[in-house]
Amino acid sequence: MRHLKLALTTALVGALSATTLSAQDLRIALQSDADVLDPDQSRTFVGRIVYASMCDKLVDITPELEIIPQLATEWEYSSDGKSLKMTLREGVVFHDGTPFNAEAVAANINRSQTLEESRRKSELSSVTGTEVLSEFEIRFDLKAQDATLLAQFADRAGMMVSPTAAEAAGANFGLNPVCSGPFSFDQRVAQDRIVLKRFPDYWNAGAISFDSVTFLPIPDTTVRLANLQSGDIDMLERLAATDLTQAEGDAGINVQSAVSLGYQGITINVNNSDKGGAWGDDKRLRQALSYALDREAINQVVFEGAFAPGNQPFPPNSPWYDTDHPVPARDVEKAKALLAEAGYPDGIDLDVQVPNTTVPLQLMQVVQSMATEAGIRINITSKEFATLLADQSAGEYQASQIGWSGRVDPDGNIHQFMTTDGGINDSKYSNPEVDNLLNAARVSTDLAVRKQSYDAARDILIDEMPIVYLYHQTWIWALDSSIKGFTPYPDGMIRLEGVTKE
Amino acid sequence: MLTFLLRRILIAIPTIILITIFVFGLQHLLPGDPLLVLAGEERDPQVLEALREKYRLNDPIPVQYLAWIGNALTGDLGTSFRTNQPVLELIGEKLPVTIQLATMAMIFALVIGIPAGILSAVKKGTLTDYVANTVALSGLSIPNFWLGIMLILLVSVKWQLLPASGYVPLSEDWVKSITTMLMPAFVLGTALAATLMRHTRSAMLGVLTSDYVRTARAKGLKERAVILKHAFRNALTPIVTLTALLFGELIAGAVLTEQIFTIPGFGKLVVDAVFNRDYAVVQGIVLVTAIGFILMNLLADMLYVLLNPRLRGN
Repeated sequence: MRHLKLALTTALVGALSATTLSAQDLRIALQSDADVLDPDQSRTFVGRIVYASMCDKLVDITPELEIIPQLATEWEYSSDGKSLKMTLREGVVFHDGTPFNAEAVAANINRSQTLEESRRKSELSSVTGTEVLSEFEIRFDLKAQDATLLAQFADRAGMMVSPTAAEAAGANFGLNPVCSGPFSFDQRVAQDRIVLKRFPDYWNAGAISFDSVTFLPIPDTTVRLANLQSGDIDMLERLAATDLTQAEGDAGINVQSAVSLGYQGITINVNNSDKGGAWGDDKRLRQALSYALDREAINQVVFEGAFAPGNQPFPPNSPWYDTDHPVPARDVEKAKALLAEAGYPDGIDLDVQVPNTTVPLQLMQVVQSMATEAGIRINITSKEFATLLADQSAGEYQASQIGWSGRVDPDGNIHQFMTTDGGINDSKYSNPEVDNLLNAARVSTDLAVRKQSYDAARDILIDEMPIVYLYHQTWIWALDSSIKGFTPYPDGMIRLEGVTKE
Repeated sequence: MLTFLLRRILIAIPTIILITIFVFGLQHLLPGDPLLVLAGEERDPQVLEALREKYRLNDPIPVQYLAWIGNALTGDLGTSFRTNQPVLELIGEKLPVTIQLATMAMIFALVIGIPAGILSAVKKGTLTDYVANTVALSGLSIPNFWLGIMLILLVSVKWQLLPASGYVPLSEDWVKSITTMLMPAFVLGTALAATLMRHTRSAMLGVLTSDYVRTARAKGLKERAVILKHAFRNALTPIVTLTALLFGELIAGAVLTEQIFTIPGFGKLVVDAVFNRDYAVVQGIVLVTAIGFILMNLLADMLYVLLNPRLRGN
């Protein structure tokens, strides 16, 4: 009888603990709702956070931004750099059971390049074709050497979707995405939640300890934190810098952070229209603006010191940062002298457009008061984001406070902004020498050669200053103290390998 | 009654068409290019052009409108630029959420607002009246978002009684669904309660001084019967109109409350859609909201007839 009791108790306890284990759901609050869940069509940052749990990529990055294997285990450039051979992981299947192999990779590249709605075309523009060498070997043929390609494969362009599902769904793939990551798509209620469930056949299933992940878009930062404090969620991304003290003071919350790959700054209309006026024509004015600012004070006042002051497209902790041009100290006298030299001894006006949300407005008000002391009278026009973007693209602005979320490869932070034909060169800055240097940095696979080109370009750009860089955001995650094993990455993604809940 | 209804419905049709034209035009007057917003950080001009063709954004606005209304008549409201989801499906997802929130908020408003209004009218000039008025004024003046955040901090973070935010569908777990929505409904309800209370008070005051109330009192009826049966019933007509209008407004979405409590309702949908220039979604919501408003008004008109026998003859 006693044995029976014991056995029953053990069974019951076992069953109970099994149910608690099997019901383990990780709830993550996002700042906004993701867009369409198709890696080929997707555009948002939060969308990429969801993919990090759902869609594996050919390669991944380390927190130090080195490229490491994911679905591809080895790779090698040909001696002329015009082709890349990859060896693929064996035994991987997509969530619908379709096997992952070289044919699947070829189909994915083809989809990214030919789907009408694809946003990956420019990222893969150097790839002219693929050649399936064997079941698990594939070769990418390139137009020219492309140092940025592996970094593209570490993001959405390298995410592999099930060719079967993609073929069947076409452009509507995003309504029911099928990839090969640790979790598979379960359901989505727009603006409410995205639920993923564990994929039992994941190649690295041992590293995953949750049965499901629920992403909840909660736009209000205070409410996001309140949800964590009340235990309704397990972690949140992008804690507001102003909430940092409160979160750090809470014993039940663990705060993690990483300086992002992106930047924020003031883009000056150099030649997009005549709206730039003197500001576009005379680099001394732009230099004066930069000297008028105390970037560390901005960081302290607006971001509680949590972010990183900056003066280049790469943050100071990046290996690509040019240490010959450190973040300058504020020098009001120098700013005044530059203005006088440019013919404005009594000061000059500057119209800056700003997105009409709290943080950019606060930022620009601090900039405004600093600039005034040097004789630069800033008029702030706050615009709703869609309008700001349209005006900026059309050249209907003098200066614009805007930033960039950042890319793993340095090319992504600079080439399209600073080259003459750059896709997002809203300043319409143009300098053939800079074009040459940035194009050269793009094709070389030798890191030292690339760094040399970027440094040479920086020498010119820091003088001509089409963008006055201000700071680099820090990604701040707040986690319930029961969550262990989380690693912050500078790309802001949430990777769940090795993350557990006690 | 039937001809009355038919006539009202026929009048409603051109109203709805006019509203959709108006909103369609206004949306296209807004500065900002939907595809530029859609493109975000990846502005590939070729892709943008292809999408512009796909969504017919290169057509003249009247042609775009006719295409839209043509599809709408066949029940196709288009798809969202942003998520590729059909608009009808989005609305189907959000409408029950908003109706639930609106209904719960309305219950709070009616339960608090009407008794308070009657009480302060009957006890006009007394301390009760002043207290009720002060509370009502504060209800009107306290911003929803402030009250919402304070409630979350107190009830969810400090006392851990209710979930801080979010939404659970009624069909999934009705107890959880209602408890999750208690705070937002209360926040929304208090502001409405204040409006209802003020209107009930003034309607009751008007009625209480009328002859038939004096007669009823002279007949020796109990004060309770005088107030509830004679006075209140006649004061009800303006209150019904107001309630219907307020409910219509709630259906259109309680943007701030939804934002604070992260409720995936109509208000949040429409605001996000406007910011993203997601034309089809805005247009679809406007259509549904306009129909909702007109139905609520129709309902109010029918209730008048029930409440006021004098109207029944016509």
